[in-house]
Amino acid sequence: MSLSKIFEISSTAIAAQSQRLNVVASNLANADSVAGPDGKAYKARQVVFQARQPERVDGTAGVRVSGIIEDDTPGKRAFDPKHPQADAEGYVTSSNVNVVEEMVNMISASRSYQNNVEVLNTTQQLLIKTLQLGQ
Amino acid sequence: MLDRFLDSIQFQGQALVLRADRQKVLAGNIANADTPGFKSRDFNFARELQQATERGAADPSRLAPVAAQAGHVALAGSAAPGTDPKLQYRSPEQASIDGNTVELDRERANFADNSVRYEATLRFINGGVRTMLSAIRGE
Repeated sequence: MSLSKIFEISSTAIAAQSQRLNVVASNLANADSVAGPDGKAYKARQVVFQARQPERVDGTAGVRVSGIIEDDTPGKRAFDPKHPQADAEGYVTSSNVNVVEEMVNMISASRSYQNNVEVLNTTQQLLIKTLQLGQ
Repeated sequence: MLDRFLDSIQFQGQALVLRADRQKVLAGNIANADTPGFKSRDFNFARELQQATERGAADPSRLAPVAAQAGHVALAGSAAPGTDPKLQYRSPEQASIDGNTVELDRERANFADNSVRYEATLRFINGGVRTMLSAIRGE
């Protein structure tokens, strides 16, 4: 039954997009966090999508998150000697999250999520109609 | 008389299976809209349906009922041959820099089009079944 495979394909995409949304939420939540005593601030994280390429037509082409990478660009440094987390030179290091990029990422993820939900709804309607065949 | 109905239903059944296959391929494209390097796939529906029909007609392993008694009605075979469409790559109009060739607007349009045609095929089959039933009942 080909149509029921679509549930599998779209649900992998929905799961992947929701993981992407999770990572965006984590990045945005930590956008203003500063470095702890170890001097390391929060690093922005990004998900990496990978396709399960179909070998034949009945091989599913779902998506999976193959890994989460950390952004290695240096965090923002601000001179604030009165800050409790300031280093010896008086600088405070905060996270390297780019808030604008994360917002765009969030919109893209939520649109893709919606698209896949729409595909699921259409498929469900078609399957119900197929089950009623000949009645 | 009856075998014509059955032939038509068998043909529509093949079309339905192919439509479901295409629906799956398109769902895979939409699912991978954000995957770097993913290549959008599709197949030529008309050609695949023609090939499936020809394969069905020429298949010697097809189970054809035999009219062994004088009162038997000759029927065409009813075993539907499997479909295995040949997937092709879609050439993108605006390819993205990460190598992904899925264009969501086109995929969504194809998906909607395929859904409507799937439903149309379902209705053809339903119509055939209803015609046959009313002929049997003699209403």
